[in-house]
Parts: sequence; C-alpha cells; structure tokens
Amino acid sequence: MTSGAFAGSHSPCGPTEGSINILANEFNTYRIFMDEVKSCAGSDVDFSVTHSVDHNKLQVAALSANPSEFSAKLVTNGSITPLMNDGLLRPLDDLIAKYNPNLNDNQKITIDGKIYAVAFMANAQHLWYRESILDELGIAVPSTYEEVIAAAQKIKDSGKMANPYAGAFKSGWNLGQEFVNMYLGHGGEFFKSGTAQPNVNNEKGVAALNVIKSLTELSNPDFLTQDTNAVKEEWESGNVALMHVWNSGASSLLDDEGDQAIRADTRLAPSPSVGGGSIPATTLWWDGIAIATNTSDENAEASFRALVGAASSAELANEYADATVWLIKDYKGGNTAGPVVDAATRGASPYPSFPHMSLLHGALSSELVEFLQGNESAEKALADVEAAYIAKATEQGFL
Amino acid sequence: MPHKTFFWFIFPTGLAMLLFIGLPIVSSFFQSLHIENQQILMEVENCDPFGCTTNVRVDVEATEKLKEENPLGRFNGIGTYVDRNHLAFDEIGEAWNSSSSMGEFKDTVLNLPFYKALLFTLTFCFTVTPPVIFLGFIVALSINTLAKSIKGLIVFGTILPMIVTPLIGSLVLFWMIDSQGIIGASIQILFDDPNLSLKASSNLTWITLIIYGIWHNTPFAFVVFYAALQTVPQDPIEAAYIDGASRFQRVRYIVIPHLYPVATFIMLICLMDNFRVFEPIIGFSAEGVAQSLSWMIYQDLRNENKMLFGSAGATSMLTILGIAILLTPVLIRTWKEFRTER
Repeated sequence: MTSGAFAGSHSPCGPTEGSINILANEFNTYRIFMDEVKSCAGSDVDFSVTHSVDHNKLQVAALSANPSEFSAKLVTNGSITPLMNDGLLRPLDDLIAKYNPNLNDNQKITIDGKIYAVAFMANAQHLWYRESILDELGIAVPSTYEEVIAAAQKIKDSGKMANPYAGAFKSGWNLGQEFVNMYLGHGGEFFKSGTAQPNVNNEKGVAALNVIKSLTELSNPDFLTQDTNAVKEEWESGNVALMHVWNSGASSLLDDEGDQAIRADTRLAPSPSVGGGSIPATTLWWDGIAIATNTSDENAEASFRALVGAASSAELANEYADATVWLIKDYKGGNTAGPVVDAATRGASPYPSFPHMSLLHGALSSELVEFLQGNESAEKALADVEAAYIAKATEQGFL
Repeated sequence: MPHKTFFWFIFPTGLAMLLFIGLPIVSSFFQSLHIENQQILMEVENCDPFGCTTNVRVDVEATEKLKEENPLGRFNGIGTYVDRNHLAFDEIGEAWNSSSSMGEFKDTVLNLPFYKALLFTLTFCFTVTPPVIFLGFIVALSINTLAKSIKGLIVFGTILPMIVTPLIGSLVLFWMIDSQGIIGASIQILFDDPNLSLKASSNLTWITLIIYGIWHNTPFAFVVFYAALQTVPQDPIEAAYIDGASRFQRVRYIVIPHLYPVATFIMLICLMDNFRVFEPIIGFSAEGVAQSLSWMIYQDLRNENKMLFGSAGATSMLTILGIAILLTPVLIRTWKEFRTER
C-alpha cells in the first residue's frame, strides 16, 4: 500500500521518511498486529520487527543506548514500568495531536498527565477446558481452583489422562506470574503499604503456594520447563483437559492448524477464584505501542504513524475478531472476549505497576522452585523470596 | 633470550591482554563496589483501559540528576560481596547459631543462591573432568591404531560434539530426552514408568547435565591426546615389545609417563572450562534445579528488567577467585616439576 491509498482518510498510515524497528513479544496475535503495522508502514520506509519471548529482558538495555537499536516497543502494563523508570519512552501527546488517529479514550495510557502508550488489546489468563471430557465424566465447569483440582483429580483417576492440568510453570517469569495471580486471588498485597518492603511471607502467600503445588501435581512432571507456548502444544496434542493460559492464545489454539477435533472441543471459561474469595485469581493486562526516547524524531514519527495506524484499524479488529480482545475503536466484539470481560467485571486487578515489582517478580521466579519440588516448606520459600528481593532492591536503590 | 628482545617479543600480547582482559576485570571490580543511587519515587495519576489509579513511579528527572552527580552509583565497599545473594556472611552466622545439627546448617547454607550455584559448579567440574580425561585418552589410543584410510572420517566424527555449538547441542538433547522424544520415551518404556522424566527431578537433571558435559568435552581431550600420541618415541616401545611387554604394560610404563604433562594441561583447561558451565543450563531449561556461577551473572544481567551491575561484578570477581583457588594445586605442582627438571 502507498500513502496515496490513504489520502483524505483519517489514517496516519504511509510515512515517507525515517525507519521503523520494533521490539515485541512473540505470540500469534502480535504477529497478526504486526502484519497490519507493516502494511500501514508502506514501502517508503525501512521496516523491521524483532519478536522475542525475551523482550522483557532485552528492552531496557536495548532502549537505553543512544541512539537506540529500536525505535518502538510493544509494551504491556507489566513491561512499561521498567522503561518508565529510566525515562526511555517519549510522550506521544504532540504526535497524537498532529495525526488525530481514531482512538478510544481508554486506549490512551496516561501517566502523570502525559500519554506514553496507546493500548490496542486487553489480555488475561483464564481457564480453558475440553467440553467432551468434562461432560463424559459429569464434571461441571469449575469456577474455583478447589473445583479445578477436584476435576483434574477425577480425570486423572478415570485413567483418561495422566496429567490433565497445565499451566505455564516454567521456572522464571512464568512461574512468578502464576504466584502473582494466585496471591492476588487470595487478596494479597505485594508490599507493605506505602513502602518497597516485601509482604508475601504470610498466610495468603502460603495458601497461594499450596494451591499452585496441588495444580503442579496434576500437571506434566516436566512442568518447570513448560512456558505458555509449550502448554499450548500439550493442549493441541490432546494431553490436557484443563489449563489456565492467556486469552490471546485463542488466535493459535482456535485456528485451522492442528487437530480440528480438539479445536472443536476447546471451550473458554472465566478465571477461577480461590480460597473462598470472590475475585478471579488472574491479572488484567493491556498491550500497547510505545515509542523510544532515544531515537530520532523522524524515526519516532514514522514508527508512531505505522503503529497507531494499526492500533486504530477497525478493519484489523473486525477481521480477526476472535484473535484477542481488541480495544480498538469500532471493534464489534468477538466470541472469545468473555473471560477477559468477566475478569474485569468481577474485580480482577491489573498487574501491579510498582517500579520495584519486577524485582519481586524476579525473586519469585527463582526462589519458588524448591518448594514445588518438595524440598522446602512454603514458609521457607517465601522467606527466601523476600530475602532475595531485599538484596536486589537494596542494590537498585529502592530500599 | 636477552631481556630487551623478550620484552619486545611479549609486548603486543601483553598490551592486548592488558586492554582486553586486565582493564575489564579492573572495571568489573570497581563496579562491584558500587550500588545504584537511591531511586526517588513520586505519586502520579495513571489512566489505562482498566481505570485511573494513583500510583508511585520513579521520578526520572530527580534520579537522573543524582546519576549525573554520581555516575558510578553509591559506594558500597564489599557490601554486595557479603549480601544474601553472594557470600551471605550474616545469614551463615545466623544459621550457625540457630541450627541444631550439622545437617540443618548444611541445608540452610546450600539454600543460599551463591552456595547453591557453587555446589553445582564444583560438582559439575569434578564429575566431568576425570571421565573426560579418561575417555579422551582411551579414544585417542583406539583411533591411533586404526588404518589410515578410515582414520580421517572417524576423527571427524569423534570431534563433532565439540564442533556443535553448546547451546544447540544441549537443545537437541533437551528435545530428545523430552517425555515424547526418542530417548525420553525409550527410558519410560525401559523402566515401565510413564511418569519418569529426566527433566523433572533435580538429581536426574544434574546427571543429564553431567553426561552432556562429558559428551561435549571428551573430543577436546581426545584431540590433544591424539596429537601428543604422535610424539611418543617409537624406539622404547619397540624395545619393550621385544622384551615381551604386553600392550597394557607398554601403555602403562611408556605412553602414560610421556603424556603426563599433556594430561595436566587438559585437566587445567577442563577445570577452567567446566567452572564456567553455562550453556547447557539454558539449553536444558534447567535453571530451576541447577544454577552455576556463570548463570548467576547472566541472571543479574538478563533476567531482571534492570541490570544489576554491582551484583554481576561481584559474582564475576568471586568466579575469578574460585578458578584461581581451583588451579593453584595444579600450578604449584607444575612449577615444582619445572624447577626439578632444571
């Protein structure tokens, strides 16, 4: 497409100068989004994109360099914080004023009065189940984790599946995230109010860990090496009847590839609550576009135009209506959005945006493994998490 | 060699070593004595699709100003070295006082990240190196007796594990030992246990990593031994043969003494290499159960959203110290032999 195709329209597409280099996470919905960004960028500018599951680890170093390797980054409410901590994202108010893209107000991520990102999709982890298997064994769709565990146990006992449950328990970010979900589901607070002092070694933390342990006992014994993508493969191989993964997984789990019998049997359900609580044990996420501070104004403008063109494209949202929950204006809604909307209405909290949250998440990532292997008590594991966090937060100047 | 000639001979190498090895070490050491400046936080109003909230964020301008005044960060002395994520003196002292038995004390210490990593690193070092030397020697002896026509091909096949990039090699094995991979599935059938998984238990993961280490390092020992075997003088061997010495006796009393210095060299290199064990841990996704010192450095620089330079610097210094301690006995021995030979 050339810029001429958009003449007279509202679209900011078709930048003519500068070059675009985007860093982004790797999953199917992002690929769909990036195809639109690429067509919006047109042929007049250099366009490249790096998809990496390690984007979180790369982003600060990559955007700190001046000029930075990347002109733009796809961020989430989790990954934007470390970038904001170092001032690596530029405010977008002037660019939005200049191009006036067709955006919903809630797409504009405003921090301290300035817009730093434009959200295009919402995401959350929630329950997925195989309808025929639950029906056959007379199991109702679980709405609490206690019911999930009972259901998985029943499937296991029936001999249908050896490891009927799956979650992304890979040691590292994924495992930390499972604890974040479960701890919030128990009503936990990560920090002592108003400070950067950790607050996970308590009854709620122990309860959260025990639920995770029960789930892992019903999972593939290799659970510590399985990230979200590996869990999806297990699902598509028919080894799993219940799992708790991202809503955006719909775009690859419900596509035309793989075993169509499994696809037809795949159902989405709200995220369960836990421990008698009412809120679902999950976190709400938005995914959005952000532009690097340390890139030339020319590249920033070109990147902004291409990205915001896709983030305001109702055609994209409605063509791939089931790929995710788009936040894009004039999106008519799809069949898979239910669980995310449900999580929001039932009061799930967004992923915490404390500047020191990533350090706690990092400590959770590495210190919970021994508990899950049965080598250490839950209290000891959580005490280790706090100690590891305190050492890191002290070094980073938060304590 | 006159001193002056020696000086000019060694000067380019010395300069390069100073620039590319010496200075980075000094700089890492300097960094390890510092921690980040205090982060200045402020309350701001954030709005996103899920609503508006009041939240804290880092005051970038104020923090930036601090950074300009103090680009290295705050001086922390050896604080980072003794904190909980490194030598953990306080925690060890406390464990010593509160533990009721040696076993409990040992468990507490080995639960600290640095000692946990050290335990794996040393275990890997000392279980991989001896089999590597032994196997390398046996393979070299065997191949040395092969007919010339097939030697080249066999040598190539033998050194393949060394040619394969460690990360790729370990990834290939990782997939093979998966419960649906060829090795993993075969083991399950062999032991008649559908839940047996090499990736699930710490012990099996350690054993897998060690076997991988031996597989990967043996070709190096083989190549060096094989080269050295070509220098074994034939006269004493023939003489021994005429005297009726068996093949074992010839190897034991002539070849091994001749190759002894070479074995020391291989041991030195292997110990150093294995002390830096890193790639297989990533390739086998074994971070959960097996951490090494190098992996700790990687963790500080990659796995956090923000790089912990001080922490990584401190671990690097401790790794250098560890290698120095490890090699001292071998070096002292070599030096003594060198003196007596003179």
